[in-house]
Formats: sequence, C-alpha cells, structure tokens
Amino acid sequence: MNSEYKSLDKLLILKITEEIDHHTTEKIRRKMDNEITRYMPRKVLFDFNEVSFMDSAGIGLIIGRYKVAKLFGGEVEIANARPSVKKVLEMSGITRIIKINDGIRIAN
Amino acid sequence: MKGLYDNEMKLEFLSKSSNEAFARITVAAFVSQLDPTIEEISDIKTAVSEAVTNCIIHAYEDTDGIVKIVTRLIGNTVEIEISDSGKGIENIELARRPLYTTKANLERSGMGFTIMESFMDEVEISSVVGIGTKIIMKKKIKKIENTTDIKEECCSKTIV
Repeated sequence: MNSEYKSLDKLLILKITEEIDHHTTEKIRRKMDNEITRYMPRKVLFDFNEVSFMDSAGIGLIIGRYKVAKLFGGEVEIANARPSVKKVLEMSGITRIIKINDGIRIAN
Repeated sequence: MKGLYDNEMKLEFLSKSSNEAFARITVAAFVSQLDPTIEEISDIKTAVSEAVTNCIIHAYEDTDGIVKIVTRLIGNTVEIEISDSGKGIENIELARRPLYTTKANLERSGMGFTIMESFMDEVEISSVVGIGTKIIMKKKIKKIENTTDIKEECCSKTIV
C-alpha cells in the first residue's frame, strides 16, 4: 500500500497495491490507521486501481477505516474499482454509506 | 470406463492465512480448462477465498489444522468441496445470515456465506460441532458458442 497526502485539500490517498483477503488486510489495516491518525484528513480516498482481487475481508477493512476517518471528521471514498471488486462492494451494501467514484484520475 | 466426474483434483494444506491466495488461484487454474469467463473465474476465486478463510479463522481459530479441497468437473459444472476438522458450526442457519459474525473484533463483515451463495449456484453446508465442517459449492460454467470459428470455416470453404 502507498499513501499520499495533499495538505491543501486535506485529502489522504491510500493506494492499495495487493490482493485484499484476510491474510493481507492485517498489514494493510495497520498502515492505513497510522496514516489516517497521522494526518486526520477531511477525505480518505481508497484507490483500487491495482486491486485485482477482493473478498469480504475488504468490506470489513473499509468499514473499519470509515469508522476511524469519521472519528476525525473525515469522509471516505473509493475510486477505480474493477467490476469483480465492485460486485463484492455492492453486495455488501456499503455503497450506501461510501461513495464509489469511477472517473477519478489520480496524478502521481 | 466413464466415472461419475470428468476430472478431479485434491488439495491439502495447513490452515495458514498465507495459503488463502494459493487455494483460490489453484482452484481457478484447475477450473480454467472449462473455459470460464473472467467473471465466472473471479466469482469462484472469491467463494473459495471465503470458505478457506472460514476454515482458518473459525474452524481452527488460528491454530494449525488441515484444510482439504476437492474440485470436480462434471460436464460444464464445477463442484468444490472444502472441508476441515475444526470446531464445527453450532447454528448453520445463523452463520448463513448476512452480516452475522462471531468475529466482529477481527473486523469480519459477516458476508462470507452470503458471498458464497450469491457467487455460486448452490452451496451446501454440513457441520458437526467438535468434528468439522464441509462445504460443497457448485457452479455451472456457461458455454459460449464460438460463432467466429464456424464462420471462418464457412468462408475458407467457399474460397476453396
């Protein structure tokens, strides 16, 4: 996972670069919470562009980070999810509380 | 002599979370001989990942045990049997319920069985407390008629 903080917009971009399952979430979770508590961003954007696989562990991961971000008054958004990942996201119902954004281009 | 199934593979591994990716990739590779679509393959990978994760965190609760997977191909249907000798499920009906989880502290979403059921055509759960759990999932791979090949054949014949 890589992260980038844009202080002007108080935007924290968390780019996930691995498959998301129960095994990988433990490590990703720790890193994400470090970044969120460090910057206390207004918005946390999960960039799913490089995520080729996600099972229900990803749902728990996102809901958990949503709660952490909310503690600091921030919101959460998901960008660039592939159809297979989107299918899991939509099934879980979290799309009702977390916005899924398709057309975001994130400059490196 | 023709057996009950056209092809079969068996897999046994330790209940380590690092094997979750290994399990779903191996099953997907075996199933690929039925020529599934990308969507069908990712449905199968997700369902296998859910079932194997259940064995690791619920059945064995992070202790070492053996997870067994048998995958059979019967015509266009894939049958995946995933079993463990772990603690078993007390109430299967409750476990199947969306959002129900006994491991909320691990940030589990309680969507495992719901995903298996909606990504596969059929999911059968049998479990005995203290003995283990067996899950049998089935999915039919839809055959896409390859019309372009036929057309090409026709065309080449007319040219000749």
